[in-house]
Amino acid sequence: MTVITPEGERRDAYRLIETTEDAKAPAGNAAGSKPLVPLALLGEIETPEAPFGLFVENTAEIAEIAPHLGSVDLIAIAFPAFSDGRGFSLAKRLRREGFTGTLRAKGPLIADQFADALACGFDEVDIPDTMANRQPVQQWLEMKDTMSVHYQTGFGEGKSILQQRMAAREEAAR
Amino acid sequence: MYRYDEFDERFVRERVAQFGEQVKRRLDGSLTEDEFKPLRLKNGLYLQLHAYMLRVAIPYGTLSGRQLRQLAKIARDYDKGYGHFTTRQNIQFNWPKLKDVPAILDLLADVEMHAIQTSGNCIRNTTADQFSGVAADEVEDPRPTAELLRQWSSQHPEFVWLPRKFKIAVTGAEHDRAAIRVHDIGLRMRRNEAGEPGYEISVGGGLGRTPMIGKVIREFLPKDELLAYVEAIMRVYNAEGRRDNKFKARVKILVHETGTEEFTARVEEEYAKLDGPTVNAPLEEVERIAAYFAPPAYEDLPAESVTLGEARKADAGLDRFVEQNGFAHKQPGYIALTISLKPIGGVPGDMSADQMEAFADIAERYSLGELRVTHSQNLVLPYVKKDDLPALYAELKTHDLATANAGLVTDIIACPGLDYCALATAKSIPIAQEIAKTFADDARQKAIGELPIKISGCINACGHHHVGAIGILGLEKGGRENYQITVGGDATEHASLGERLGPGIDAEDVPGAIEALVETYLSEREGSESFIETVRRTGADPFKASFAGFIETRAAQEAAE
Repeated sequence: MTVITPEGERRDAYRLIETTEDAKAPAGNAAGSKPLVPLALLGEIETPEAPFGLFVENTAEIAEIAPHLGSVDLIAIAFPAFSDGRGFSLAKRLRREGFTGTLRAKGPLIADQFADALACGFDEVDIPDTMANRQPVQQWLEMKDTMSVHYQTGFGEGKSILQQRMAAREEAAR
Repeated sequence: MYRYDEFDERFVRERVAQFGEQVKRRLDGSLTEDEFKPLRLKNGLYLQLHAYMLRVAIPYGTLSGRQLRQLAKIARDYDKGYGHFTTRQNIQFNWPKLKDVPAILDLLADVEMHAIQTSGNCIRNTTADQFSGVAADEVEDPRPTAELLRQWSSQHPEFVWLPRKFKIAVTGAEHDRAAIRVHDIGLRMRRNEAGEPGYEISVGGGLGRTPMIGKVIREFLPKDELLAYVEAIMRVYNAEGRRDNKFKARVKILVHETGTEEFTARVEEEYAKLDGPTVNAPLEEVERIAAYFAPPAYEDLPAESVTLGEARKADAGLDRFVEQNGFAHKQPGYIALTISLKPIGGVPGDMSADQMEAFADIAERYSLGELRVTHSQNLVLPYVKKDDLPALYAELKTHDLATANAGLVTDIIACPGLDYCALATAKSIPIAQEIAKTFADDARQKAIGELPIKISGCINACGHHHVGAIGILGLEKGGRENYQITVGGDATEHASLGERLGPGIDAEDVPGAIEALVETYLSEREGSESFIETVRRTGADPFKASFAGFIETRAAQEAAE
């Protein structure tokens, strides 16, 4: 898996816990030291030392995730397919819930979705290596910036077109 | 009409460039075909039966003469010399080459047009009443709302990967000409008891294989809260709409399976949580957009035109044209005109490049440079002076654009069907042509009166057959094209779905069956009832009986042969 942020590729500091056995294994230095624990597994293993990473399905309810928000510094949302947009809404809702840690989109996303993912509150993506081979980091960084304007207020960095129009009007009135 | 500012211009230009990059990345293998497909669809590019098809957005059906002239150029230079207007007020080019698409998109951007989100699982072109701003029965002009939604829905980061396509329609008149109750979201502009403007909001209408009438989930939403409320609906749908089966993925299925009450509760819960003021458009922005739709500088004219009155007496053709295709205007001395793209024997909704150019000139000379596209695949000249009508009619006639059949039995909606579409199971255009020929006689059409016939060539219902007073659905049965007939469908404020009359019939029997149904109507009707009013009163039974009779007679004839 390859982690890509707006600044480029980054070493993954988290190690996915897939079974209760994994949870018992000592943290190695090679593949990340912090555990990334699936929400479903959280009740079955000894709760890791905070802060740790939480891995959630895109169908998870906010009420299920909310109790853990204080003890995790990363939430990875699963994207079972790039065309399944549920993760975008879940990200938006998690940000609204007050989560300020790292939000990661995990799955076979495509570079064309990078800007949308960031605008919905994600900080990074974690894509399979086969995808990263076809769409290298450079493509992600380029596709991120193909659109310099957006209409929707409350999404993404920078002012929306509506806000820019407002600012221009205020400037003109001054 | 609305004009792009520097931001709209930059947005569309960057989107064109972005699509160019996406094509390149498909060609160099960065994107697989499966990954590229939704990206090209979100830019209106389909792969059809014989070629690519490019669907161009005509926001809420409004076009300028300049824009229509550019569409004519595209039709001539990059297609086979014609374009096809659709039931969602868009235009399709059926024969562009993939390599030419970037050039076409540039030409569109030159006249403030695009193909953004005319396909794919995203929010599609927002449609509206074709008589917006001029209808005498209008409460409020829906175009500023539709334009606001066009902007807000364009590349919305959260809502471009929905379970399925999503269509929004707006009306501001008492009579619903935008078919809002068969849209995913239907917005009806209204005022509350205090006289404040707002919307009645319905969700979950739609046609396709599971037709449903939209359910009202908010009786009144204050006007300034629109975007936040729509965002709440979209978020609930994006998170909860079914993705396990594409035939059950529309919001209508979610509303149906969840129950209207529970669905409404979830939307309201989401709405209560989101920070409305950060989402909604500020008043200044709403006013900025609305200013583009201010009434034009009308001339002060008497309500009735002496010139027109005399000309109508002298020319029966003009008289009939005005009677049938004229529409009451809110401004004295003016009239709105439906320009039928349904000449007898023609392809419903098709227009040649020559006709487009001629009509662009006509719109500029007689209608303040503006025209509209209707969801019934016709055009409208919204600002015609009654005094000008005789001269205008003469010009329309020379371009074969003066067919006086708006709303009549030969004004048929038909999807492209098996002649173009990869999904079609049967032809629909030839069926429309045969029915039109059967009822071609002007006096006969007039005697029958208003009768919307709608034809779909497959179960996806692009021809809106469920809401045709007579609906025709073409299917494939045992290697033959087979047509099911319904009556009683209605797309207006009395929205209802048609009822099937009996077994499917062969293509060559369709015109005869329609004649039998029309005879039943003529013998059952009371007073000045229209076809749909008679069906509403009598129910489908008399029509089922005559349909069964028709089938029996045909079977006997065939046995005798």
